[in-house]
Parts: sequence; structure tokens; C-alpha cells
Amino acid sequence: MDNNHNTVLETKNLNIYYGDFLAIKDVNFKVFRHQITAIIGPSGCGKSTLLRSFNRMNELVPSARSEGKILFNGEDIYDPSIDPVEVRRRIGMVFQKPNPFPKSIYENIAWGLKINGFRGSKSELDDLVEQALRGAALWDEVKDKLDQSGLSLSGGQQQRLCIARAIAIKPEVILMDEPASALDPIATLKIEDLMRELKENYTIVIVTHNMQEAARVSDYTAMMMLTGDEERSGTVIEFDQTNVIFTRPKDKRTEDYITGRFG
Amino acid sequence: MTTTIHSLNPQNHLKRDRERKIVRALTFIFALVSVGTTAGIIYELLKETVLFFQEVSIIEFFTDTRWTPLFASKRFGVLPLVNGTLLVAAGAMLVAVPLGLLAAIFLSEYASERMRKVLKPILEVLAGIPTVVYGYFALLFITPILRDLFPETQIFNAASASIAMGFMILPLMASVSEDALSAVPRSLREASYALGATKFETAVQVVLPAALSGVAAAFILAVSRAIGETMIVAIAAGQQPKLTLNPLQSIETMTAYIVQVSLGDTPHQSIAYKTIFAVGMLLFAMTLVMNIISYFITKRFREKYE
Amino acid sequence: MSTLTALKDVTFERNLSFRKLKGKIFEILAFFAILLGIAMLLTLLVDVFLDGLPWLSTRLFTEFPSRFPEKAGLRSALQGSIWLMFLTALMAIPVGVGAGIYLEEFAPQNRITRFIEINVANLAGVPSIIYGLLGLGLFVRQLGLGRTLIAGAMTMALLVLPIIIVTTREAIRAVPNSIRQAALAIGATDWEVSRDHVLVYSAPAILTGVILAMSRAIGETAPLITIGALTYIAFDPKGPFDIFTVLPIQIFNWVSLPQPAFHGLAAAGIIILLIVLLSMNALAIWLRNRLTIHW
Ligand SMILES: Nc1ncnc2c1ncn2[C@@H]1O[C@H](COP(=O)(O)OP(=O)(O)OP(=O)(O)O)[C@@H](O)[C@H]1O
Ligand SMILES: [Mg+2]
Repeated sequence: MDNNHNTVLETKNLNIYYGDFLAIKDVNFKVFRHQITAIIGPSGCGKSTLLRSFNRMNELVPSARSEGKILFNGEDIYDPSIDPVEVRRRIGMVFQKPNPFPKSIYENIAWGLKINGFRGSKSELDDLVEQALRGAALWDEVKDKLDQSGLSLSGGQQQRLCIARAIAIKPEVILMDEPASALDPIATLKIEDLMRELKENYTIVIVTHNMQEAARVSDYTAMMMLTGDEERSGTVIEFDQTNVIFTRPKDKRTEDYITGRFG
Repeated sequence: MTTTIHSLNPQNHLKRDRERKIVRALTFIFALVSVGTTAGIIYELLKETVLFFQEVSIIEFFTDTRWTPLFASKRFGVLPLVNGTLLVAAGAMLVAVPLGLLAAIFLSEYASERMRKVLKPILEVLAGIPTVVYGYFALLFITPILRDLFPETQIFNAASASIAMGFMILPLMASVSEDALSAVPRSLREASYALGATKFETAVQVVLPAALSGVAAAFILAVSRAIGETMIVAIAAGQQPKLTLNPLQSIETMTAYIVQVSLGDTPHQSIAYKTIFAVGMLLFAMTLVMNIISYFITKRFREKYE
Repeated sequence: MSTLTALKDVTFERNLSFRKLKGKIFEILAFFAILLGIAMLLTLLVDVFLDGLPWLSTRLFTEFPSRFPEKAGLRSALQGSIWLMFLTALMAIPVGVGAGIYLEEFAPQNRITRFIEINVANLAGVPSIIYGLLGLGLFVRQLGLGRTLIAGAMTMALLVLPIIIVTTREAIRAVPNSIRQAALAIGATDWEVSRDHVLVYSAPAILTGVILAMSRAIGETAPLITIGALTYIAFDPKGPFDIFTVLPIQIFNWVSLPQPAFHGLAAAGIIILLIVLLSMNALAIWLRNRLTIHW
């Protein structure tokens, strides 16, 4: 499966600890360019931990510590010479709960561009903001109220604003941690449609608890489970194309988990 | 499309990183100012105190019963000042502790949310009034009343300062105790109610004992505040260092002595100049010990309920 | 069964109403404790107003202190207070807010940080007169600044620093972590997060704390007496290196004089001081209610 696509992200024997607690253990998997990769698994198996390690957000937890490598375009993002700030600019993130800044809709998007060194004119900035909002399928809904607070939007709109904010700085990868779990079904469908569109230009990694969602939107799926002696550390037990995982999983535990959910 | 991390806009990045480092260093230095302040206090107090004890024996300082450094026949027994300080503080506690504790219990156990919203800011105003105003009130309002009630009361006396100080400290006592009472988990109250206890029994026999260490911390903090209070005693309590337990008499506290000397024109090298640092050192040590005890009691108390 | 009911009737029920009565009495007593505090506050205010009102006039703002009560004013004291507050704020606000940001946003969790935190907590409890001794020894003598405004302001800045640090930290803590994460995730540095988000959203609350800290400073007397601020100044302070007096010191001076006329002047000075303080408090409350972001 490696042959068809080129690899953007790759973990090599990744271990992540919180203090002495080994949260995820020996994870090896790949994220392919312009594909949607879903990470699924039971609660507490380390999905968020793994996702947050891709843009080095996890190291903001004071007790967190990692071993192994994560390669981004072949380069180890945990190399001491690399600044996490640059990693995060290349690898964006959308959170579980929408978290727009309490600034105007316009500023929500423009701020990321400004801090990341945008030096163009005001009209260029306007264009980039519009592009991002269009990219997140939000433009038509907010074009007349760009100076209103981001907090004044509905939950689903807020989440799309957060996606717009992430894509405005043109990252290569967008990480999404249960981006639709706080939203109603219609808003959820909008976000899923959006992901399919974004796939043209971006690589997406999504954590989800919703099996249908994983089956609907993703191209690849990584199944995580707690393993080890006391079953406390999570790891990726199976990684394959989504249709393979959902139709003929190789691992019995994957099958149990998926069929359990499907009922 | 396959840009590597390093190839990105390195100029911008370097500038931002430099700004970040400068700000971090600067704010770290700002945070260190507090350490510098403590060090400065200890250094300045210690320096003059050491000079003071080169002239006066430490034994005299702590055992002599007379304090007359400004007179011709100089005696350097700090006990009268300590006595005055503790006398006024004890009187203030007599006012602040019962009232503050009752207020705290009312606020945390009885008052509705709306009542609390009204009452607490009023108490805060009480705490925000400058101490020089309390001094005025003690000397010109409380003292005349005391002299009506007890004709032997002196114009300057410990009692009026105590009463004014008690009300000044009441809000501190009340708010720190209330924090402690509110920190007691609801489940404990519910357990008490489930046994058929009334609100009063729950508050006094269950919640208060559970919050006792927090209340103790409030008490120590209040004592420390009373000992360090200056303007009320400087205005109302007098300038006569003496070993007495009679609150109707004029006394002098450690803080009032420092003010008394500061108001005069004291030459730098004089023994009087050094005495205020020696007295200040003792005052600092006393409040420091109390603050530390209170800090650790509060910390232990918080850990218990978090 | 019947004995149990009887027992309940006889011993428990009657008892309960008595217990409830005790509780009611206690509640009234507790409420009375608060009322007493409020009554004291009102008495104090009424007493000061009655004493001071006859002496309140524009003369207080235009005249220097004098031996004659009819001619005495607060001009130099008011100007001294304004100068002192300005210089104190200039030093204390950046340092205090900066230290608050450092401790809340940048500081690693290590021994140095814990040491600084304990230090700040302890400084908040040091009696104000001790700061006066520090100012006297360090600023007035050692740095040779003399009994000047700048020496007073430096002393006062150190005094209010812990208050500003603590309130800044509380204000910053109210900004939800999700905002920091969002900003970091688009490639911001921790300083950019603080500068453009945390500080912006917590600014009203920080300002509230700063105003309260300054209102503490405006009423402080003891440390300034200790560093040797004078009680009699008959000229307008022109700059940071002038000697000075302030409002509460002038009040203290007048209270200390035996003539009742000066007590009236003191009360008038207190009225002005309290009006300034209450306005500052009202401003702080207004800021807190109006501008605070509700997450
Ligand atoms: N900040 C932290 N400090 C300590 N332990 C943590 C922290 N965050 C997560 N953990 C632990 O690491 C393990 C994995 O957590 P993680 O949040 O990655 O799971 P998850 O698969 O995302 O779960 P969920 O589906 O519920 O979101 C859990 O045991 C959790 O308790
Ligand atoms: Mg998760």
C-alpha cells in the first residue's frame, strides 16, 4: 500500500509517557499525502495522545515525554534543532470543542497569518481571509458580519471557523480530534463534506468515536487498543485501507470492536 | 509541495524567537524582584540590627523591662513594646474573631447567593478604608465613649485602638474563614442532614470542625495583621512603652515606636536610628513565622479537600 | 412498634423544635455580627462627615498647610499623592503584570518557580512599615535618593507588587486553556499567545486588580512616614526628586494636633480621601462587570 501514495507523517517505535505511565507504546504507522486517515479505538487508548504528538502539542503537558521518532516529510520533528512553533505552522489542528478566539471572525483568521510572517497589503489579507472562509464552507454565512465576534456563531459554524483558521496558514496536514463530537447531525455532515473537499489540498488525520464517520470519510484507518501486561498502554494494532479494516479486519480485536459498535 | 520545516521563512522565525526569549528573560527578572525585595528587607534589617547589638547586649534587649532609647538615661528592654503590641492585638482579636467567625458562618452556611453578593462587597469596603481613618475614628469617636464609660481611661489608650483594629481586621477573618468553610465538601453536610441534624448543628458541629485548620490559618493571619498594623496605634494608643495589661492605659507598640522615631529628625548613625531596625527585625520575624505557619496550614487544608 | 412511636414522640419531636429554636437564635446572632460590622462602617462614615463637612471647601485644594486652621489646605499633599501614585504605577504595573505573566504562562515547574511563589505569598503578609524600613535603608540612604518622591514611589511599588502579581495571575487563569491551545496550534510562540490573547482577554480583570492595588497605596501612610516624607511642605512638588508629603500623612499630622479645628480639617481630608477611594473602587467594579469576557 506504500507504493501508491507518498508518506507525509511516519512514526517509528513511538512511546509516550505521562510521568511514569506509558500511555502509548511502540506505535508504527504512516499518514499518506492527500488522504484522510482515521484513528479509532476505545476511550483512553491514547488516540488524542498520538494525534497531539504529531504537532508537538503533547509536550505542553508538563509530565509528558516521548521516545522514538516522528518523521514529517522524512525529517524528525522531535530533533532538537527543530522548533515546535514551526512544526505547528506546518501541521494544523482542530479541536474537539470549537475554540474560536473572542475576537472578530476576520481577526480569528488573520491573526495566524500575521504572526506567521504575512507582510502583504490589507486587500491581500482580505483575499486570504475570504479564501480560508470559502475553503471551510463558511464564507456565504459570515461574509456580511466579519467584524462580529467568533463566539457569536453557532457551534457548527464555530467549528468551521476553526477549520478556516487552521487552513488559512496553509498547513500540509490538519489534525482533527473528534471535530464533530460536539455538534448536531446536520453540522456533523457539513464537516464531513468539508473534509472530503479539503482532501484535495490537505492531508487529514482524524480521531473519531463514530464508526460510521470513520467508514464514510476516511481512506485509511488505524485501530488502537490497550495492550501490554496490565492492558494499560495503547498501541496501533492494525492499520490498513478503511474498506479493508471495516470489511475483513485481520485482527480479531478490531473485528470485535467494529462489529460491537455496528451491533 | 514537499517543503521541509527548515526551508520556511527563517528570517521571520528568528525574529519571533528572539522576541520571545527577551520577553521571557525580562519577565523572569520581574518575578525575581519579589525575591530581591525579601532579600533587601532581611539585609537592611539585619545590617542595622547587627550594629545595634554591638552597642546593646541582646540579653538587655530581651529582658530589660524599660524602653527609653530617646531619653538621657537609655534603657533598651523591648518587652514593653512587645507587651503593648500584644495587648492591642489581643484586644483586636477579641473583636475580630467572634464577629468574623460568625460572619463567615452566616455567609457560607445561611446567606442566599443574593445576600452574599450584597454583604461581601460591604465588608470589603470595611477592609479598604485606610488605617489612618480608623486611627481618627479610634481617637476621636471611640475614646470619648470609653472615657464616658470608664472615667479612668487615658486619652491615648490601647482599648480604642483595639476596637478600631478589630473592625478593620474583621473582613479578613471573615473572608479567609469563609473560604475554609466553603471548601468543606457538600457530601459532609448532606451526611449530617441525613442523620437528622439541623442546619445549626451541621454548621457548628460538622462544618466548622472540618474547616478548623483553615479557620486557624485565618486566625494566625489576622494576628499577624494586627501586630503589624501601624497607623491606628500611632494615632490612638499613645507613646508610653509600659508593661501593663490594662487596656485603658496609654501604651506603645513596636510599630508606633518606629513611627515616633521616624517623625523626629534622627541622625543616621545614632542609636535611635538603629533601634527602629532592631524593633523592625523583631516585628518582621514575628509576622514571618506566623505567615509561614498560616501558609502551611492552608496548604495542608487545601490538599485535604482537593 | 408502639414503644418506638412513643419514644419518638416523647423524646425526639419536642426536642426538635428546641433544636430548631437554638438554630434560629444562632442564625440571628450570626447575621447580627455582620450587621455590627456594617453599623460600624456607617458610624465611621457619618462621624467623619459630620466632623469634616464644615471644613470642606475649595481652599483645601488651593492652600498649603498652615499653623492657622482657617488658612490650611491640602494642596501639596494632594499633588504629592498624585505624583506618588503616578510614579508608583509606572514602576509597579509593568513589573507586577510581567511577573504575573511569567509565573502563570512561562515558568517551568521547578524549585526556583516554587521559591518565587512562596516569596510573593509571604511578601503580601509583611507589615507595610517594614517596607518603610527597607525604603529608608535602601532607597533613602544606600542609593542616596533622600526623602524624595522617587524613593517613596519605589517603596510603594514594592509594597503593592505582590497584590498586582496575585491579581494578575488570577485574571490570567480565567482565560480558558483551549484558547492557548488554539493559538499554539497555528504556530504561535508562547509570548505571542500571551501578547495577543491571554493579556488582551484578561486586561479588564488585570486592570481591576491594579486599581485596587493603587487604592491600597493611596491610603498607605506608615511606610512613607518611615522613609521620612514630611508633614509640612509649602511648595508644589515639581519632579520625582523633590521632597513631598501625601494626603494620609497630612491627615495624620492634623489628627495628631491637639486643637479641635485641625481635627475638622483632618476629617475634611478624610472625606476627600474616601471619595477618591470609593470612585476607584466603583471604577474597578464597573470594569469587572462591563468588560469581562464571559466564556
Ligand atoms: N495530561 C495528561 N496527564 C496524565 N495522563 C494523561 C494526560 N492526558 C491523557 N492521559 C492518559 O493517557 C491515556 C490516553 O489518553 P488519551 O486522551 O490519549 O485517550 P483517548 O484515546 O483520546 O481517549 P478518548 O477517546 O476518551 O478521548 C489515558 O490513560 C489518560 O488517562
Ligand atoms: Mg481523546
